[in-house]
Amino acid sequence: MSEINAKHDGLQYTGVKNIDGPLVFMENVHGVAYDELVEVAAPNGDVRLGQVLDVTADTALVQIFGGTDALSKANTRARFLGHSLQIPVAKEMLGRVFDGLGRPKDGLPAPMTREYRDVNGEPVNPFSREYPRDFIQTGISSIDLMNTLVRGQKLPIFSGNGLPHNRIAAQIARQAKLLNEDVQFAIVFAAMGVKFDVARFFVDSFEQSGVLRNVAMFLSLADDPSVERMITPRSALTLAEYLAYDCGMHVLVIITDMTNYCEALREIATARGEIPSRKGYPGYLYSDLASMYERAGRLSAGGGSITQMPILTMPSDDISHPVPDLTGYITEGQIVLDREMYQRGIYPPVAGLPSLSRLMKDGIGKGRTRDDHPHVASQLFAAYSKVKDIRSLASVIGTEELSQIDQLYMKFGEKFESTVISQGEYENRSIEESLRLGWEALKILPREELLRVSEEELKEHYDC
Amino acid sequence: MDKGIIIRINGPIVEARQMEHTGVLEVVEVGNLRLIGEVIRVRGAVATIQVYEISSGLRPGEPVFCSGRPLSVCLGPGLLGKIYDGIQRPLSEIAKKGSSFIARGEKTPALDLDRKWSFKPIVKLGDVMEAGQVLGEVQETESVLHRVMIPPRHRGRITKLVPAGEYDGHDTLCELQDDATGATYSVGLFQYWPVRQPRPSQARLPLEAPLLTGLRVVDTFFPLAKGGAAAIPGGFGTGKTMTQQALAKWCEAKIIVYIGCGERGNEMTEVLREFPELVDPRTGRSLMERTILIANTSNMPVAAREVSIYTGITLAEYYRDMGYDVAVMADSTSRWAEALRELSGRLEEMPADEGFPAYLPNRLASFYERAGRVATLSGSEGTVSVIGAVSPPGGDFSEPVTQHTTRFIRCFWALDRDLANARHYPAISWRNSYSEYLPETAAWWRKSAMNWHDQREILMNVLQEETNLQRIAKLVGPDALPEGQRLTLFVAEIIKNAFLQQNSFDAIDMYCSPKKQLWMMALLATFITRSREIIKNGGTLAEIRGIKDLDRMNRMKSEIKNDDQAAMSSLEQRIFAELDAISNQHTNYGK
Repeated sequence: MSEINAKHDGLQYTGVKNIDGPLVFMENVHGVAYDELVEVAAPNGDVRLGQVLDVTADTALVQIFGGTDALSKANTRARFLGHSLQIPVAKEMLGRVFDGLGRPKDGLPAPMTREYRDVNGEPVNPFSREYPRDFIQTGISSIDLMNTLVRGQKLPIFSGNGLPHNRIAAQIARQAKLLNEDVQFAIVFAAMGVKFDVARFFVDSFEQSGVLRNVAMFLSLADDPSVERMITPRSALTLAEYLAYDCGMHVLVIITDMTNYCEALREIATARGEIPSRKGYPGYLYSDLASMYERAGRLSAGGGSITQMPILTMPSDDISHPVPDLTGYITEGQIVLDREMYQRGIYPPVAGLPSLSRLMKDGIGKGRTRDDHPHVASQLFAAYSKVKDIRSLASVIGTEELSQIDQLYMKFGEKFESTVISQGEYENRSIEESLRLGWEALKILPREELLRVSEEELKEHYDC
Repeated sequence: MDKGIIIRINGPIVEARQMEHTGVLEVVEVGNLRLIGEVIRVRGAVATIQVYEISSGLRPGEPVFCSGRPLSVCLGPGLLGKIYDGIQRPLSEIAKKGSSFIARGEKTPALDLDRKWSFKPIVKLGDVMEAGQVLGEVQETESVLHRVMIPPRHRGRITKLVPAGEYDGHDTLCELQDDATGATYSVGLFQYWPVRQPRPSQARLPLEAPLLTGLRVVDTFFPLAKGGAAAIPGGFGTGKTMTQQALAKWCEAKIIVYIGCGERGNEMTEVLREFPELVDPRTGRSLMERTILIANTSNMPVAAREVSIYTGITLAEYYRDMGYDVAVMADSTSRWAEALRELSGRLEEMPADEGFPAYLPNRLASFYERAGRVATLSGSEGTVSVIGAVSPPGGDFSEPVTQHTTRFIRCFWALDRDLANARHYPAISWRNSYSEYLPETAAWWRKSAMNWHDQREILMNVLQEETNLQRIAKLVGPDALPEGQRLTLFVAEIIKNAFLQQNSFDAIDMYCSPKKQLWMMALLATFITRSREIIKNGGTLAEIRGIKDLDRMNRMKSEIKNDDQAAMSSLEQRIFAELDAISNQHTNYGK
């Protein structure tokens, strides 16, 4: 909307009618556009940014990103900027730290660039998308083998408080690579409402593995105004889009924690008096989340790719809570972490059954990973789901009473968890190695139980 | 042209004054960017407009241009193989203009007016034509003959008619004169129809034939009739889209309209990439030649999502009127309902259940009721079958969209989380699904001289018994059950692995012909009946488990080709021979 610039000629308005939470209601304003950016100066000279949410011929409802404390009805001054919220984008932003609105937070000057982009982006024409098919090897068996990540995918981590989601995300960022190419991923990291320690952990981990120069960070921490969280992931994705589609880079975007984002959204919705749907979240939570998650992918016009890995903590580990629920409907699968497994000392505690990668089917198999990969994965899932049933049976009748075949399944379950899923935080397994471990576990089971793998595959990998 | 003035903007909802001449549902162009919108409410001189594009940057004071017509789609040859957004803008043509993103105010015509089509009239000068009657034919794709029809509300004697030849969208093909009123009409290749209004037909007919889909669990257990409506509810990750896509690929319809409504962009890309490469087993042509895609992904404007399902079903009705069987896949109707909820919230309407507007059931009904088998105006028969995916929050089927949907459909394919977790696809639960089309389809199968219904009963009974037995087995362990009940558990496992589960990536198993399905059903039914006899005569489960070719039977879905009669008979004979051997032992022993 830059074309309608300079409408206001630096005109300033004084005084606001109402201040209500993060919202400010202004009267007697003219020529204001929907979604326009506003600069609001508090009486003490503090300048904050805001955005128009609702506008009529002479009133405007503005949400203030910096919070409304110290604003007063009389002496507040506002200037409409004639464009919507934009951030500067440049390759040089890699290696830097910014706040949620793209302003430097590392004490260095703002990046030198003429490129400014609207943080909301534009919807990609589905016709212009390239279907993601390139296998990313994360070096983690439970992901590579069972829930494969593909370049251009959006694959969230569903976690809970106290679970090692940050360590897993850092491990992926450290180890992710394509099988046949040696391109480094550029990493764009967005943190909303997380504690300082968490941000610190990521900085340290990027530093240790020597990728920090390749990381752009957008931080809106727990003590920053909550409304800023609404923009943080969008700023990060705007830079990611520039790096991917304009500079041809392959970008991995890590966003943490989406639950905090949704809470900020709920706060605004409540302040506006909107009709809530589930658990007080607004009815448009799905569309709002989609407007971010859908910014992952590849374009057929070429260029790089955006792979998204949002992290969210499920309140009281409830996967049917609106945030994980709606996320799961939009993203292409989910990596679910399991508290019970973690307590048994399994790292990474990736829950076998509820985890899923929807793009896996096209990223693996012949010519991509190995011919038998799809079948092995399917067989492991089928067998592991039997293990779960048998375990619950065993808890009733006791392990001794189980039939011989069920005993074998119990043994398979143990081995699968301890050798395939479980691995070290710095252990980087090749896909060949992961497949070998998968077959090793399957060898515990008798041949006729393995219906999902083909006869030839059995001959090649089972009988040897 | 009438003009109004914007007075308020709130997301996709815009209010404008000086609009006293506009009607509800009229199309307008909003602001200097001329964004497409539709009037949804008029109060005095103030009209409320829902805008189908992103409204960022609009200002009060900008103009609103009225068009005087309702939101309509353009109908004619060239629709097949295309991908449109919710308001029928051709996404492929827009992409060719250079940008990978959808710019606002984009106005590309839905159909290429300049493209020449080879038209052949089938009527002659002086014939009296009624609306809906066929004027002539165009070979739209190799497999689909497009019938050019007299548009609704047009009638009269043909006063002018072009000879067979090449014509484009600008040409008049014939002129009609209505002798009763004196009115004259000219008819071209293309016509328009308002999306929210069902296209007329002579009569609704009762449903008869099943819509065969090549999915065994559907065709055998929960069949959908041609002209029927079905819902696929399921939590995330249970395979709604996978099932929808499998149906779109293999179901026995002449035309497929696939509506991606508020879902992922990559899914549409997948369809676009995959369908042209797949071959329709019935025509031998590419599947894309019979498919129209409507894509309004979740990040595209929410108001256009609301209208996309009407756009899709109108296109379907148009092909139905040519006398074809059309299937509409809507993925997902929950996103459509959420669009309704969002717009309703912005209009500050009083909410009913979970914030959804009170008219939700009404709107759902008006969508699903457009499915049906009709006698068309031209005297032929056509059907529109509707399959709607439902995405209940938390996988809980008691929520409003699922609940209201079940009132208007007669076929319910419930997706099951546990099946999906075990990667048993399609994860259609045999416990919670139902089809009310069983009587109709059973009658149809009977005509093909097959005892489909009895065999279905045998398999279904085993599965039901198994559900009950599992409860006991969970307490005492399966080994504590008597031999006969353990047999039930054993054969239920075979039914699940060998029959219900279907691998949509397997070259053979992805599509199962009706013939092969019937054969598989018969083989399993016989196997079950005979095994039970053996157990009754004192045989053991171990003997039955020992049958050498069991493994082949378990793998028959992917090892035996759809038309490989020889392999079928051979496997059948080997299994029966082994069963014979076992049962002989026991009958002899008895003597």
